[in-house]
Amino acid sequence: MPRARVLIRPKEGILDPQGKAVERALPALGFDGIERVHVGRMVELEAEDPERLAELCEKLLANPLIEDYEIQTL
Amino acid sequence: MIWGVLQFPGSCDERDALHACSRLGEARLVWHEERDLSGVDAVVVPGGFSYGDYLRAGAIARFSPAMEAVAEMAAAGAPVLGICNGFQVLCEAGLLPGALLLNESMRFTCRQVDLIAARDALTTPEGGQVNERRDQEGERLSIPAKHGEGRYWAPEEVLDALEANGQVAYRYAPGQNPNGSARDIAGVRNEAGNVVGLMPHPEHAVDPLTGSTDGLRVFEAVAAAGAPA
Repeated sequence: MPRARVLIRPKEGILDPQGKAVERALPALGFDGIERVHVGRMVELEAEDPERLAELCEKLLANPLIEDYEIQTL
Repeated sequence: MIWGVLQFPGSCDERDALHACSRLGEARLVWHEERDLSGVDAVVVPGGFSYGDYLRAGAIARFSPAMEAVAEMAAAGAPVLGICNGFQVLCEAGLLPGALLLNESMRFTCRQVDLIAARDALTTPEGGQVNERRDQEGERLSIPAKHGEGRYWAPEEVLDALEANGQVAYRYAPGQNPNGSARDIAGVRNEAGNVVGLMPHPEHAVDPLTGSTDGLRVFEAVAAAGAPA
């Protein structure tokens, strides 16, 4: 069955406290020069009909109001 | 009025909600697999962590058979109250506008907060005294809030519309916003006014033993706002 990966991330402009927390932790570990960290989710799946994945994302995997998604077929 | 209190795997505040509803009428639990809610006049979608809050808070609960029935009741004008996780479920289901995001602080918050109810969001208690400040700023209620994902968010134009339509039912009192919610919004209602959601927990404030009985006012107002199904 075709495999796919769905990447879901907070929409640009919406405060992402997880990303901020990670970003703030980095200098203490010696990682300088890293900016605009955003934390999202990744869903891996196998789909008989990859054409329907967008619909699946809109309805369940992502909340289109607050999140962007990207479908990668593998 | 007969209240139905939904119960999902992972709900944890349904017993207190049931207790609160039973102060106003009859109340029974509704298991999430029930599709037929006939006989129920009003619904509470309670707090907790429905289906483990997997994926996003409320994302999976909205597809439960009971929620399909709730959506039909809401469309027919029945009173529906979503509390905390229930508010998240109603937003995910599209029955209320907006979304609830991770608290700005990244921390779970648990504290008593003052809410300011919109002037027409509460009914006058039977034989009771209305707070004298109600006419100026809306009535104040003391209600506990406890959540990790309670930051209300909606696009600016939606927030403007909510304010213009009087759909912001509850705000955190100045300086008490515990989660970074846009415009201090603690609770909203749909355009018709029969579907109400809020993050703080009125069901935990119905007995003098726990310090405040203000929560009952929220239940009374919701009961009055909708036409029983």
